[in-house]
Amino acid sequence: MGEIVLKGVTKRFGDVEVIPPIDLAIHDGEFVVFVGPSGCGKSTLLRLIAGLEDVSGGKIEIDGKDATETAPSDRGLAMVFQSYALYPHMSVKKNIAFPLKMAKLPPAEIEAKVQAAAKVLNLSAYLDRKPGQLSGGQRQRVAIGRAIVRSPEAFLFDEPLSNLDAALRVNMRLEISELHHTLKTTMIYVTHDQVEAMTMADKIVVLQAGRIEQVGSPLELYRTPRNRFVAGFIGSPKMNFIEGAEAAKHGAHAIGIRPEHIRISTTEGMWKGTVGVSEHLGSDTFLHVTTEHGLLNVRAGGEVDLHHGDSVFLSPDMAQLHRFDKEGGALK
Amino acid sequence: MARAVTPRRKALVTVLAWTIGLALFFPILWTVILSFKTEGDAIASPLTVLTTPFTLESYHVVQDRSNYFLHFWNSVVISLGSTLFALVVAIPAAWAMAFVPGPKTKDLLMWMLSTKMMPAVGVLVPIYLLFRDLGLLDSRIGLVVVLMLMNLPIVVWMLYTYFREIPGEILEAARMDGATLKDELIHVLTPMAVPGIASTLLLNVILAWNEAFWTLQLTTSKAAPLTTFIAGYSSPEGLFYAKLSAASTLAIAPILILGWFSQKQLVRGLTFGAVK
Amino acid sequence: MSTQASRTAARLMISPAVILLLGWMIVPLAMTLWFSMQRYNLLMPGMGGFTGFDNYSYFLTDPAFFDAIKNTLVLVLGVLAITTVGGLLLALLLDQPFWGQGIVRVLVIAPFFVMPTVSALVWKNMFMNPVNGVFAHLAKSIGLQPYDFLAQSPLASIVLIVAWQWLPFATLILLTALQSLDSEQLEAAEMDGAGPISRFFYVMLPHLARAITVVILIQTIFLLSTFAEILVTTNGGPGTASTTLTYLVYVQSLLQFDVGSGAAGGIVAVVLANIVAIFLMRMIGKNLEN
Ligand SMILES: Nc1ncnc2c1ncn2[C@@H]1O[C@H](COP(=O)(O)OP(=O)(O)O)[C@@H](O)[C@H]1O
Ligand SMILES: [Mg+2]
Repeated sequence: MGEIVLKGVTKRFGDVEVIPPIDLAIHDGEFVVFVGPSGCGKSTLLRLIAGLEDVSGGKIEIDGKDATETAPSDRGLAMVFQSYALYPHMSVKKNIAFPLKMAKLPPAEIEAKVQAAAKVLNLSAYLDRKPGQLSGGQRQRVAIGRAIVRSPEAFLFDEPLSNLDAALRVNMRLEISELHHTLKTTMIYVTHDQVEAMTMADKIVVLQAGRIEQVGSPLELYRTPRNRFVAGFIGSPKMNFIEGAEAAKHGAHAIGIRPEHIRISTTEGMWKGTVGVSEHLGSDTFLHVTTEHGLLNVRAGGEVDLHHGDSVFLSPDMAQLHRFDKEGGALK
Repeated sequence: MARAVTPRRKALVTVLAWTIGLALFFPILWTVILSFKTEGDAIASPLTVLTTPFTLESYHVVQDRSNYFLHFWNSVVISLGSTLFALVVAIPAAWAMAFVPGPKTKDLLMWMLSTKMMPAVGVLVPIYLLFRDLGLLDSRIGLVVVLMLMNLPIVVWMLYTYFREIPGEILEAARMDGATLKDELIHVLTPMAVPGIASTLLLNVILAWNEAFWTLQLTTSKAAPLTTFIAGYSSPEGLFYAKLSAASTLAIAPILILGWFSQKQLVRGLTFGAVK
Repeated sequence: MSTQASRTAARLMISPAVILLLGWMIVPLAMTLWFSMQRYNLLMPGMGGFTGFDNYSYFLTDPAFFDAIKNTLVLVLGVLAITTVGGLLLALLLDQPFWGQGIVRVLVIAPFFVMPTVSALVWKNMFMNPVNGVFAHLAKSIGLQPYDFLAQSPLASIVLIVAWQWLPFATLILLTALQSLDSEQLEAAEMDGAGPISRFFYVMLPHLARAITVVILIQTIFLLSTFAEILVTTNGGPGTASTTLTYLVYVQSLLQFDVGSGAAGGIVAVVLANIVAIFLMRMIGKNLEN
């Protein structure tokens, strides 16, 4: 079981309120991603759940029991840190065995569990090495190994992939997703990278300045962002926003349209513009088009033959148009 | 520093550096040389001394007269004892200051260092009388306590600077892994800080070994460490250079050897952790 | 990184050190303060009694007191000047590439390991002795009159001995700091047209500021309590020519058995040291912040 409920949880550092009261329910077995720009309080929220920081107000319940005052080690949670936080003086084996040793398990059982975890994570050949002799990806696996041997109620990950290079990051992303499918344990995963959030999450929690902006499945957030912040944050490349008269035509303060929801044509369309920089990725082409409503980012097919300075026409897919009021809230 | 240095310049620097190095080392070298001479030869002019034969005579005299090994052992017990004792008190304190810093941590640290500035003479009288009344004069345990208190601020300071280099996340990971505070200190922090602790230990053993205020005031014979032993040779008595040299060599050799063997940790320690 | 539990633990972990140091400061200091207002001579038991500030006026008006203050200042400032300037020059030299760096470094560090009683005795007898010392032999060999260092310039001789002991420390710290200077900074300065002298003053010296502060702070702490070097060489003499404050208090209390006046001297020493400490802490606090 790994059900975690936050009730009015707040956190202040001195006079600064980093987390205003938050209510959130995380169900057993869910993969929940906290996403938001750097400094928005994701780590703080995770550390409150872990018990590494005291809440300034509110309650944290784990599996229905009030855990607000419980020590980190007694919450049944395991955490993987951004820096991996491996014990540099211990071998891989000792690192993975450490939580079991602290739990005073018999040596034979420890050995068995360590071997099993090492096998799952492809670490069997490295058990006698020190963390210093491993690559970034291997260290990451050791950190995960140390977390899984305890069979925790839930895993907490704090930007675990941010120290890896791009290719490895994609691999590890898949491995962690795979792990979630195998273990079916609750996972709370913090990242500032919305791609990680979209690809891994069952449920995404978008945070800004400590506040929850929206909670929902990746597609819910993509399709029906509740406000301009979420609309701009989820999706890559970013949604285009247009304000002023053009937005007023649609009865909104601002309208938003994603690059993939704009059709481009050389002959006819709603908005006339001039092609600026174009990024050819092979499968797609991203065009930066200067129009009377500002610079718009447009996704076109892989093989479009448009160049800097060409005149084009753009037409938004009306069904995919998002409308926002003055405060940034989405209009139905 | 990738640029080539002209051989001429390198040769010049070599000569200059060696000259200064040897000059600074010369008093020690000279003492060692004289310790192997007879009293008569030891007072000859330097160039003549070098031509005279070597002898172990003075070492025999020194051991017969003042039982070197007793004082050596006292020095070992006092310097190592006071340092270990200080480490036991300082490791938890430095842990607290490095990993759970509060608004007053810096002030506390500065206050601790400032106790080191209190001149020993300011408390000489009461400590002397206390020791006299408690029967601690000329006892090893008394000196262990006093030297431990003398060096405690430095030990805390050094450990604090070393601990601060250890990422707090690792200790948090240990806490998540179910480690108690004791486990965290013994199984995680201490092994990770071994180089820093070794440097601290070495430097403070040396400071305690060479401490020459309290050791001279509070010991006379049976608990006397080498500092007091050597002070016994301070009044001139006929020809005594060779004996003095032998006693001096015996007093400084253990620390010189220890220092040279552990140069790396010591150099680190010598900067009191304050310079990288 | 702090929960209520860890803060409570921290307070608990730090308290033994604090209590010990507090006890070490307060108990003896209170006793010293008490004794300093008593008539208390170990040779004259039964003559006790409260005397108020008599001991202080006795100690402070003693001409030896002013000599002691002056000598203490000369000793501390003299050694600091020699070791920081000498250490800086030596560090700059040893930072250059040359053959046998490791060995020379060992040679230079060695004096730091020599206990004060030994170094003082060795210098006094084998080097500064006007009849058989190395310096006397040298003087005679070039036809000069040997100089009786400890009789004619006792304080300067002691400064020399103490400086010899502390020069390695200053050199080592400054060398370590120099080696941590990013060579790209120097190269950038060179590209900007800075000559060796400007590079030293504008790049190296600012980089060394922290190390120099450390040298001054730590040496001052130890130099203020210089004792053994005086005890075994001059005994503070001739007269009071090499008596420092520390030594004077020792003479009053343990040689003349005048505990009351010795204690008063101890309190004076503490007050003066605190003035120095406040001054130094200000300077250090600023320099060690980062
Ligand atoms: N121990 C602390 N003391 C004071 N402020 C803190 C502390 N930890 C974090 N903060 C502040 O809280 C905010 C959120 O930090 P954090 O949770 O680390 O953000 P994120 O992980 O989303 O990048 C930041 O503005 C940060 O400066
Ligand atoms: Mg973070």
